[in-house]
Amino acid sequence: MSIPFYASAEQIMRDRSEYARKGIARGRGVVVTTYADGVLFVAENASSALHKVSEIYDRIGFAGVGKYNEYENLRVAGIRLADLRGYSYDRRDVTARALANAYAQTLGSIFTEQQKPYEVEICVAEVGVGPDDDQMYRLTYDGTIVDEPEFLAMGGQADLLTNEMRAAFAPRLALREALAGAVHALGSVGGTNGAKRALPANQLEVAVLDRTRGKRKFRRITGPALSELLPDAEAAPAESGDTAPAGSVETAPTDTGATPEATPETTEQQPEA
Amino acid sequence: MSIDRPRDVHGILRYATAPGSSSFTEFVAAAAPELLPGRTGNLGAAVPHGTTIVAAIFADGVVMAGDRRATAGNLIAQRDIEKVFATDDYSLVGIAGAAGIAVEIVRLYQVELEHYEKIEGTQLTLDGKANRLGTMIRGNLAEAMQGLAVVPLFAGFDLDAEDAANAGRIFSFDVTGGRYPEQYHHGVGSGSLFARGALKKLWRPGLSRDEIVRVVVEALYDAADDDAATGGPDLTRRIFPVVMTATSSGTERVPETELDTVVRAILADREARPGA
Repeated sequence: MSIPFYASAEQIMRDRSEYARKGIARGRGVVVTTYADGVLFVAENASSALHKVSEIYDRIGFAGVGKYNEYENLRVAGIRLADLRGYSYDRRDVTARALANAYAQTLGSIFTEQQKPYEVEICVAEVGVGPDDDQMYRLTYDGTIVDEPEFLAMGGQADLLTNEMRAAFAPRLALREALAGAVHALGSVGGTNGAKRALPANQLEVAVLDRTRGKRKFRRITGPALSELLPDAEAAPAESGDTAPAGSVETAPTDTGATPEATPETTEQQPEA
Repeated sequence: MSIDRPRDVHGILRYATAPGSSSFTEFVAAAAPELLPGRTGNLGAAVPHGTTIVAAIFADGVVMAGDRRATAGNLIAQRDIEKVFATDDYSLVGIAGAAGIAVEIVRLYQVELEHYEKIEGTQLTLDGKANRLGTMIRGNLAEAMQGLAVVPLFAGFDLDAEDAANAGRIFSFDVTGGRYPEQYHHGVGSGSLFARGALKKLWRPGLSRDEIVRVVVEALYDAADDDAATGGPDLTRRIFPVVMTATSSGTERVPETELDTVVRAILADREARPGA
């Protein structure tokens, strides 16, 4: 077995990108979209304890896909940074833009300096006073940061998911319609032979940043409140066998649906290197 | 040449390298110790002090009230300071002692509770919250010995209680961080002797919200009557005590218009019995 003495920078970056993409494509999808009262997070997640969506600060929410321990690490770091900023300055001085920049720096450094890149894609969203002030940032494994004005889809088969969302999205939808669109999009990918899947409430993690709430805008929608909001067909219990075993979030190789190679490499940006 | 967790970590991840703790205070102590209250070392000669806080159990939960005066020596430093705070959705803290440090400790404590809730995805139990506050007061012991003591009163609605009637709970503390569960009602601060005397006569089990609001305002009135460092209700400037409740539906501040009615009713009663 021969040991390669030299690998070009291009080759190294390409390998790392491919490695990260494969890891991300293995998991289930997350959709983040604006709606009339703020920002809606919808994640396909069989676990009710290991979250993909979280509160960061008063107006800021977080969603992550990929390797659980890595995006959980980023989530905790984000909460710590936000709380430290809010405590040393003022609560209004904590912004999604600053947080997204910090994430981008970190992910970028890890991608170039460490042997293994983070296999994650995250979203930082902030709800503003009006619909025009809502912000969503998508951050990929290499530190690329993209400001998304309307919606974003991450995770396995993100491109198909994005296409589905593009068809379903309309600005300033009511919560019920926005949720129906996102759940429909998530159910449209990952089925056997392209078949649609029904996603019952216990397979979904749903949260909103609702500008009409008090100080803390983040609210999880669970249990009966979620079932009530879901379209009837989706709320019916699924008998299909494609539900992931409880506790397996993202990393379980048994995850059904997308094979890593199935993910086309179209919209994602290449690393800057 | 370890690559898994380097010490000189990148950007935001330096906030995440210490695994485990969900405590914001411990995190600040490691990351930015100069931000912690009471670490300045520059002590003013006559810093403002806050005075009387009372808390009492009632049918739906617990109520806490504090007067509005801060004193520096024999002078009134502020007439409308607020010394009772909602620390999260189900707990209240009132502070007596050096006002500057006390307010800062409350601010840190509010972030502490929210930080835990966000990282862990669940709230601390009421006993856990009380223990955390005790630890923070103990951290201020060196300042307390220099005359800058902070003595809080903690009250909250215990979501784990078996029935709502017993869910309201009160904890008092000493400067060493000792934590003492109190029954029925309690008070702290220089005027608390008189306020607690009043509470003993006025408090009954199972009072309604409106009744308990009057009881605590009257207790503060008695404290202000006999303690120069406690401010009474000020009708000319419309400064009323801060009264807050913690019940199953969360924390709520009693509106000023309602306190205005209560205070006027108390004054009318006292006018009829000047010896009271």
